[in-house]
Amino acid sequence: MKYVDEYRDGALARDIAAAIAAEVQPGRDYAFMEFCGGHTHAISRYGIEDLLPPNLRLIHGPGCPVCVLPIGRIDDAIRLAADPAVTLCTYADLMRVPASHGGSLMKARAAGADIRMIYSSLDAVRIAEAEPARQVVFFAIGFETTTPPTAIALRLAETKRLTNFSIFCNHVLTPVAMRAILDDPDPIGIDGFVGPAHVSTIIGTAPYQEFSDIYRKPVVIAGFEPLDVMQAILMLVRQINQQRCEVENQYIRAVTAAGNVTAQTLCADVFEIRDSFEWRGLGVVPSSALKLRDAYAAFDAEARFAIRTVHADDNPACECPAILRGRKKPSDCKLFGSVCTPETPIGACMVSSEGACAAHWTYGRFREHRTAA
Amino acid sequence: MKTVRRKLDIRNGRVDMSHGSGGRAMADLIAGIFRDAFANEFLDQGNDQASLPIPVGGRMVMTTDGYVVSPLFFPGGDIGSLAVHGTINDIAMSGARPLYLSAGFIIEEGFPFADLQRIAQSMGLAAREAGVPVVTGDTKVVERGKADGVFISTAGVGVVPEGLVLSGDRAEPGDAVILSGCIGDHGVAIMSSRENLSFETAILSDCASLHLLVAAMVAAAGPYLKLMRDPTRGGLAATLNELAHQSGVGFRIHEAAIPVKPQVAAACELLGLDPLFVANEGKLVAVVAPEGAAACLAAMRAHPLGREAAIIGSAVADGRMFVQMTTAFGGGRIVDWLSGEQLPRIC
Repeated sequence: MKYVDEYRDGALARDIAAAIAAEVQPGRDYAFMEFCGGHTHAISRYGIEDLLPPNLRLIHGPGCPVCVLPIGRIDDAIRLAADPAVTLCTYADLMRVPASHGGSLMKARAAGADIRMIYSSLDAVRIAEAEPARQVVFFAIGFETTTPPTAIALRLAETKRLTNFSIFCNHVLTPVAMRAILDDPDPIGIDGFVGPAHVSTIIGTAPYQEFSDIYRKPVVIAGFEPLDVMQAILMLVRQINQQRCEVENQYIRAVTAAGNVTAQTLCADVFEIRDSFEWRGLGVVPSSALKLRDAYAAFDAEARFAIRTVHADDNPACECPAILRGRKKPSDCKLFGSVCTPETPIGACMVSSEGACAAHWTYGRFREHRTAA
Repeated sequence: MKTVRRKLDIRNGRVDMSHGSGGRAMADLIAGIFRDAFANEFLDQGNDQASLPIPVGGRMVMTTDGYVVSPLFFPGGDIGSLAVHGTINDIAMSGARPLYLSAGFIIEEGFPFADLQRIAQSMGLAAREAGVPVVTGDTKVVERGKADGVFISTAGVGVVPEGLVLSGDRAEPGDAVILSGCIGDHGVAIMSSRENLSFETAILSDCASLHLLVAAMVAAAGPYLKLMRDPTRGGLAATLNELAHQSGVGFRIHEAAIPVKPQVAAACELLGLDPLFVANEGKLVAVVAPEGAAACLAAMRAHPLGREAAIIGSAVADGRMFVQMTTAFGGGRIVDWLSGEQLPRIC
């Protein structure tokens, strides 16, 4: 497959692995956080950990949009969908995320709620147009990558003068989350970041400058293909060894310094920054999420349906919050693989394929008790 | 008084509740659509049951299956041909020669005669080509909204030659795992024809009856052939996990050895799917003792349905019964059961 196979070449991977092994200094450890769930997935899916030296550790970050959405917001969506007039449109990963009282969107649908899985935000607009008697709500989640499609859906609904379409906005911001992790009063010891891929195509490389300049952490923006990740790791090792602290761009085929200015302009027109937003794992983080501007209040599901989010606690035994902060590994959780599996997820990290627990369970758990094999 | 068979208006007519009521309308439907499509000496007996000769020697095998595919017509097949191939394959995986099929139709009120005829004709053709007749059938009509066009339930019987015992619990460490060809074609063909995933691919479903390929394998590998299974729902991943648990072994496979068509790989890439989990309807996995692997593989490659057959790995001793894969990239991973439906990732 042209333009894909080149980035998964096993021979090249061995070359880069050899370079990493040759260049890491034996006297020290290297700990890099891959922020994005897309990277977590690629690392597990291709077995990248097997190609790295033992003193180089990857820490999974919170960049999985499904994982960081707090239970309270899932509860909101379930309450919305319980309204017989409402058709709730959602990306599929959200269906199985556990909500309060053992609920989930999947269970709500089985109980009769009109919840539809869509592949594109524009599908929600099409449904609203085709079914004018339904109140169609788009459950918008994700980082900067999925924000522009939500803005486009809103603009399209406006053009079509749809009065039965609204957006339940849960979009969140990457750099703010990275800062929250570094500002943790009990830091986890990150030496550098494998920086976001798709997010950076939108926001560019400039927003990461504070992490090298102020926090003194190297950042290498990397694509989601396994060779991208390997190359970014090598670039991080070199920055550390040379005592450099820079924002480097491995993903030059897609990411520019300025990013996608058209998308940024569109999003700035449609969205504004919320005062604060709750993240699973990070808690309430100021200025970390987006909401619709007042000019678009007619499309804001939170206004239309008077949504008042109530905080709901995670299962106390679930280590998702600590895992999302990079403080614990999936296998550190008592629930992992016993009561919490992809079939019966207790925490959100076991739901999305980008979640650290799901990725480790699905692809990597043979590394536990390897000696027993 | 002689009853006159009323001819169905195939082009414009639709199934209504009277076609399932047991009266003359039902007789007309059966005569006008099914009897023509399936014609064979056993069905033509016209009784409520088919009277069949008992095969001499060997063991009988029997299977039953339901078909609810959506859409009913897809690139490379339809629900009718799929029902024939799927049932024959379930029989054939035991090493049996399939003999007879049955077909029960549950039809939604309002379903066009023309579509029903197209499905029946396709089913009849598939059965004739396979040499396995549909010897008995049933027709029910349910109110609009109680079914999705048409559902088909089948049964099949076959006979396993004396001395041949293929079973999912027979894999042992060291056995070779052979895959008969490219994976993922059927699932991607179905997805590409669903209305809300409108990308065009040149991918046809692989749906095919595998009993002749199986016969060639049995002839070539004899007692070394230990088990076969067709990786349908859940794909190759589900099949290998089932077999690992049934046999109490692990499997170690090599991603680079697994054939996947470039178009299928590309479609899966777009949708965020893994071909390992995508359904097949004309492929099989065989576990063969190492002494017979080469002969089995050669016989498969000599058959049109096994031309791309490949040894993709082997059974290993592993109390955890993991299916582990060396990725083409060079790392290791588990190939787990699919959890829930395989759905695209959102970003």
